[in-house]
Amino acid sequence: MNTSTNIVYLIALPLFSSALLMLLGRKADKWGHIFATLISASAFFVGVTEFFAMRSRPEEARAVTQKLFTWISVGDFQVDASLLLDQLSIAFVLLITGVGTLIHIYSIAYMSHDRDRRRFFAYLNFFIAAMLLLVLGDSYLNLYVGWEGVGLASYLLIGFWNQKPEYATAAKKAFVMNRVGDFGLSIAIMIGFATFGSVSFSGIEEKVGGAGETALTAMGLMLLLAAAGKSAQFPLQAWLGDAMAGPTPVSALIHAATMVTAGVYLITRSNFIFDNAPTAQLAVVMIGIITLLFGAVIGTAKDDIKKALAASTMSQIGYMILATGFGPAGYAFAIMHLLTHGFFKAGMFLGAGSVMHGMNDEVNMRKYGGLAKFMPITSITFGLGYLAIIGVPPFAGFYSKDKIIETAFNAGGVQGVIFGGAALLGAVITAFYMTRVMLLTFAGNKRWASDAHPHESPFLMWAPMAVLAIGSVASGYLLYSGKAIVKWLAPVVDKDHHEHVEFLPPIVVTTLAIVAVLIGVSIALLKYRGEQSDSAPSDVSIWTRFARRDLLQDDANEFLFMRPGQEVTKALVVTDERVIDGAVRGVAASAVGSARGLRKLQTGYVRNYALLILIGAALILAAIWVVTI
Amino acid sequence: MNPTNYLYLSAILFSIGAVGVVVRRNAIVVFMCIELMLNAANLAFVTFANMTGNLQGQVMAFFTMVVAACEVVVGLAIIVTIYRSRRSASVDDASLLSR
Repeated sequence: MNTSTNIVYLIALPLFSSALLMLLGRKADKWGHIFATLISASAFFVGVTEFFAMRSRPEEARAVTQKLFTWISVGDFQVDASLLLDQLSIAFVLLITGVGTLIHIYSIAYMSHDRDRRRFFAYLNFFIAAMLLLVLGDSYLNLYVGWEGVGLASYLLIGFWNQKPEYATAAKKAFVMNRVGDFGLSIAIMIGFATFGSVSFSGIEEKVGGAGETALTAMGLMLLLAAAGKSAQFPLQAWLGDAMAGPTPVSALIHAATMVTAGVYLITRSNFIFDNAPTAQLAVVMIGIITLLFGAVIGTAKDDIKKALAASTMSQIGYMILATGFGPAGYAFAIMHLLTHGFFKAGMFLGAGSVMHGMNDEVNMRKYGGLAKFMPITSITFGLGYLAIIGVPPFAGFYSKDKIIETAFNAGGVQGVIFGGAALLGAVITAFYMTRVMLLTFAGNKRWASDAHPHESPFLMWAPMAVLAIGSVASGYLLYSGKAIVKWLAPVVDKDHHEHVEFLPPIVVTTLAIVAVLIGVSIALLKYRGEQSDSAPSDVSIWTRFARRDLLQDDANEFLFMRPGQEVTKALVVTDERVIDGAVRGVAASAVGSARGLRKLQTGYVRNYALLILIGAALILAAIWVVTI
Repeated sequence: MNPTNYLYLSAILFSIGAVGVVVRRNAIVVFMCIELMLNAANLAFVTFANMTGNLQGQVMAFFTMVVAACEVVVGLAIIVTIYRSRRSASVDDASLLSR
């Protein structure tokens, strides 16, 4: 495989900038945000250069590696810290640095009143570096370093305003739930090492044919657990809604466009495992289906604009995970949906941030209404993202979601109908809740707080939104025209060039998908047209309350894990005090007691000691005498 | 004379000394009893030297005398010091260790 020397700059630049801004402290306050943005832009520039260089090479020579140093060398086992830039990685590199740079620019304005803006940019750059390491590592171990790095960055940024205790709690919740997934990844690496004796992607892929299906299934399920943790998939989904405590640019970059899609990357990268483990693939599909419906249902009940978008993110990633579960037929579409989603969801989050910026940080959509007239640019960019996410042709989401639904039907038989039907149902609900968000925010009557003076955001904020809106419009067509993304990714995810069977003709599926969108939009129009109250109705059915409580996800976690955990902790405390401390204190007390008894022997009188010496000597002599006879 | 008799004498002297150390309270008397035990040991040494016909026991006796001389110097110094500070030569008065 060819080597390259430029890949490392992608990671080194933002890492250096992040360290510099953190070490210089307040000295860098004046120029830190500009510097960080320029660094992010230069990483994007490196990425673009690499992309064009890669495109000019023939298909089999496109992937390049760069060895940095030998990391672990124990006997035969050697792990290099080396980077792999192939067709899959470069797609992520462009998304991360491209959307990342736009969000850097947006944050300059959005965070301009925050006295810790420099620290914010240092964390953002750290996130970019860690995320790039995640997608560029050539082994599971290198990936793991980036995986933990983005987890840390996510924790730091969710809790960026940690002076509010509930925000700090949200950060901790995200971190702890991510740890569960991280355990899955570390166990998967251990299974991989025990089975194949290697941790690198290429090393495992070579030997994958000789492995038993049990080991592959176990590894696949553990990788799925890891993906579920990072990508907020069922059953580890509960942290994403609370993660909206972070500043809105963070929600756009980390909790919509990039980090939460790391699970999709992990499964796509591990395609050689999943393709040989049908049980694990079925589990992936199930998790995807459950989450895409779960997130969509929560999305219908949320009045907090950011939480509604977060539920939508969960649901859209469910689509991606669903697509990865269909093997080589689905990987390319999962990545395509990931890229288009990166554009339109980041754009909508930035739009939500822009609305909040104009409305004194109000997040309750019931307090919005009629904003289209006051924020024309925001409403247009948000609207384009909206058209993209619900899947109206020819916007980006139409291409990617339509292909995923098609792939689901192509699974064949009853299964295919169930999977495809669920994906279609998800599309109906998506269209419903996104239309609801649009109507509540930009249309209808004004329900503002008395001190609200909505205004359009400054240029630095709407320019990135405009760029992302262009992406929401065009990226789907660009990626799919001539099956570009499928052909581009084929050397990584579809080496054997599988023939894909078609269960339903594409035109039928497309028609079904468009009908689904129309149904969803019409229901929302009927329900949310016209005057709305500025508070959520309280006399609602049990199902609505169920959805408002996030389908009891927190209650379930509390009942199943938190309370038993607390009981175990209490039992451990008692055991510690009674048994462990009791044993230690008992030994000490017995030593004191016996010493108190023995002390009486020490009279202090010389003649007693002399007598004891004499008796001792006599006893020794007697012993010698007995022995010698 | 039968050399065993010397050994009996040595044993008797040692026993007197040992009993004296244990039962007497006057430090000077205890001290003299220790000397008595040392000299009983010396007597045993020279008797054994005479019985086996070599000089090793006699040499050991000289060593014992030197040790005894040193012990007298140190021991008397301690007794005098204690007497100065406590106005007593009783060994039972010097029992601070038990407190």
